[in-house]
Amino acid sequence: MALVLNEEQEMLRDAARDFLGNRAPLSHLRQLRDSGVAEGFSPELWAEMADMGWAAIIIPENYGGLEYGYTGLGLVLQESGRTLTPSPLISTALLGASALILSGNEQMCAQWLPQVATGEKLLALAFEESAQHRPADVNTSATPEDDNYRLDGSKQAIIDGHVADAFVVTARTRSGEDPNEGVSLFLVPKDAPGVSLKTTELLDNHRTSKIKLDGVLVNRSQLVGPLHGGCPVLRTVLDRGRIGLAAEMLGIAEETFTRTVEYLKERKQFGVPIGVFQALQHRAAILFGEIELCKSVVLKALQAIDEDSDEVPVLASLAKAKCGQTASLATAEGIQMHGGIGMTDEFDIGFFIKRWRTLNQQLGDSRYHLDRFAKLKGY
Amino acid sequence: MSENLNTFRTQVRDWLEENCPQEMRSPLRSEKDACWGGRNFKFQSEAQQVWLQRMGEKGWTAPDWPQEYGGGGLDREQLKILQQEMARINARGALYSFGISMLGPALLKYGSEEQKQRFLPPIIRGEIRWCQGYSEPNAGSDLANLQAPAVDKGDHYVLNGSKIWTSYGDSGDWMFCLVRTDSDAPKHQGISFMLFDMQTPGIEVKPIQLISGRSPFCEVFFADVKIPKDQQVGELNKGWSIAKYLLTHEREMISWTGLSQSGTRSVGETAADTIGTRNGTLDDSILRADIARFELDEMAFALTIERARDEVKAGVSLGAVSSWFKFFGTELNKQRYNLLMDISGSDGLAWTGEDSNDGKLARDWLRTKGNSIEGGTSEIQLNIVAKHILGLPG
Repeated sequence: MALVLNEEQEMLRDAARDFLGNRAPLSHLRQLRDSGVAEGFSPELWAEMADMGWAAIIIPENYGGLEYGYTGLGLVLQESGRTLTPSPLISTALLGASALILSGNEQMCAQWLPQVATGEKLLALAFEESAQHRPADVNTSATPEDDNYRLDGSKQAIIDGHVADAFVVTARTRSGEDPNEGVSLFLVPKDAPGVSLKTTELLDNHRTSKIKLDGVLVNRSQLVGPLHGGCPVLRTVLDRGRIGLAAEMLGIAEETFTRTVEYLKERKQFGVPIGVFQALQHRAAILFGEIELCKSVVLKALQAIDEDSDEVPVLASLAKAKCGQTASLATAEGIQMHGGIGMTDEFDIGFFIKRWRTLNQQLGDSRYHLDRFAKLKGY
Repeated sequence: MSENLNTFRTQVRDWLEENCPQEMRSPLRSEKDACWGGRNFKFQSEAQQVWLQRMGEKGWTAPDWPQEYGGGGLDREQLKILQQEMARINARGALYSFGISMLGPALLKYGSEEQKQRFLPPIIRGEIRWCQGYSEPNAGSDLANLQAPAVDKGDHYVLNGSKIWTSYGDSGDWMFCLVRTDSDAPKHQGISFMLFDMQTPGIEVKPIQLISGRSPFCEVFFADVKIPKDQQVGELNKGWSIAKYLLTHEREMISWTGLSQSGTRSVGETAADTIGTRNGTLDDSILRADIARFELDEMAFALTIERARDEVKAGVSLGAVSSWFKFFGTELNKQRYNLLMDISGSDGLAWTGEDSNDGKLARDWLRTKGNSIEGGTSEIQLNIVAKHILGLPG
């Protein structure tokens, strides 16, 4: 497939850019933060996004979705990175929907996906058990009891856990030598007896939660993917998620860079625009190139998901690592080149570095993916 | 349409089958295997000579040039088919030529009808080998500061001064050269583009030895060299436009050096084989991290070239972005050779002697240091990106 957008995709991107730019520019996030809206996002805006089909982009048509593919969802995420619009796109439209789509559990899909597609139901992926990203470290146990499994353990760093109607939870159904074996995924409703939840507001005004699972009973029918075979499903979900997060980081890098270059042309010191100084010009030129690299990597990775290519794991780590590094550079240079005003809360540029920090950490940071990239390349 | 292309493919395949000598159906083993043509070229074999002759007659040494000047006259789709069919049988390029890659496109765009008819056919047939006279001792990054004066003497010009960094100046038959024709005008407006035979009296060529050893680079000195007026290309004093056009072209070619050659082992694989692994990871964790960072960029760069090519196909012009490609590609290549030297340990230090492989790795490593200088330094490329893409002032 050619590494360019087709006409339809360009239209979707432009529509997303228009909508987010008009309805939810950066001032929207600032307002949510300052007014202390409990969700951390606007449920009304989410309903509008869902009306435009954004919650349904990757969901198959027979479950009420658009079946438009990850490239489309990636473009929307990229645009949402430019405006830093908070919404359950990542937790639900990307991660939650991916998990159910890959579950092979038709009954579950029929029950949940149509309402996920309309934006009415929200999902959250609950798999981290420590502050480091270690998806294969699963100590939460799932003990068979008649037709049910009894879940005991705890999960943390759950994106949008505070608003989720159900959690996709990893638990160990069989223990053995290989930590990747014997893990299963379960769908656990938020109000299941034994589930307790604690929510933290993060530096970027998004929320993550911890849940405790204390003897929570889930029926066998709530398995997301094969019994004992949850790890491969989780890995695929995570890779798709990583590529989506990379797309949002690309949007962050692009927007920060655009704003910074504009500032270099406007801000005068020593009687000239500071953009005449070569010390700044060269750093800006290098950043331009890093962003070009990210554009190629993200588009290729999104297309690879849609083509179900074997290259997805390598491309996911490439995209997550590269976009993490680049958005780090772009947001840090954004502050430095804005000087003192870049450090003030009143000015918007600092919002980008906060969001980058969260996205970079979630689903494995740049270093995690550099290491994984090397492993996948055989060294 | 596609039926026509299928017919064309069959014709190409049949022609290659009949005309490409068996010996020419394997990749070049080294640069020495390349055929450069020209008056003094010593063919390695009869096959090499026959291959050039046949491809030249067919016009396929310059497949997309107009047929009226001896070119192949192929359109973009046909060109792709020819390249695919040649790759399919591993056919070597019949001719490596600055005439084809550099001068030809400039002549097609700026040359007079008479100049095209006179100079293009011998380029296509590989009869005349061209070299480039651009840089001067005091005109490197500031190329437009070039001084070599060509003074109007009625029916000809007289050239003095010198050129430096002329690739294959010692084996070129003719030179395309930037000269100063107006020393009073602003520096960009007094430059002209001229062509002359390297056998013209008054030309002296001296090879340059680099830190890596021998090199194709030469210094060229001019003492009252006579250049007939019909060998000046384009408008007088407007040579800088031609120079810029060619420089963009050159940058794009150089930037491909950032791509790893297909078929060669990756840096990571080389490290794993040389240094060894423990539990599946390289037995040197810090080197491993350096290699991974490099390969991340290498893969991202390859995808960016792929995207740029697809965009060009879709009608988007590359423009000043070629400067960034040149910058990033050459910096990557330097990193690659730094890592290869690190990986090879004391073996990489060999220079000459029995087990030294003639110091190939050390020499290649040293040679890459020039990548980010030749064709415009990295710093100049970043200037171009800052000004022409980002629109920064100054």
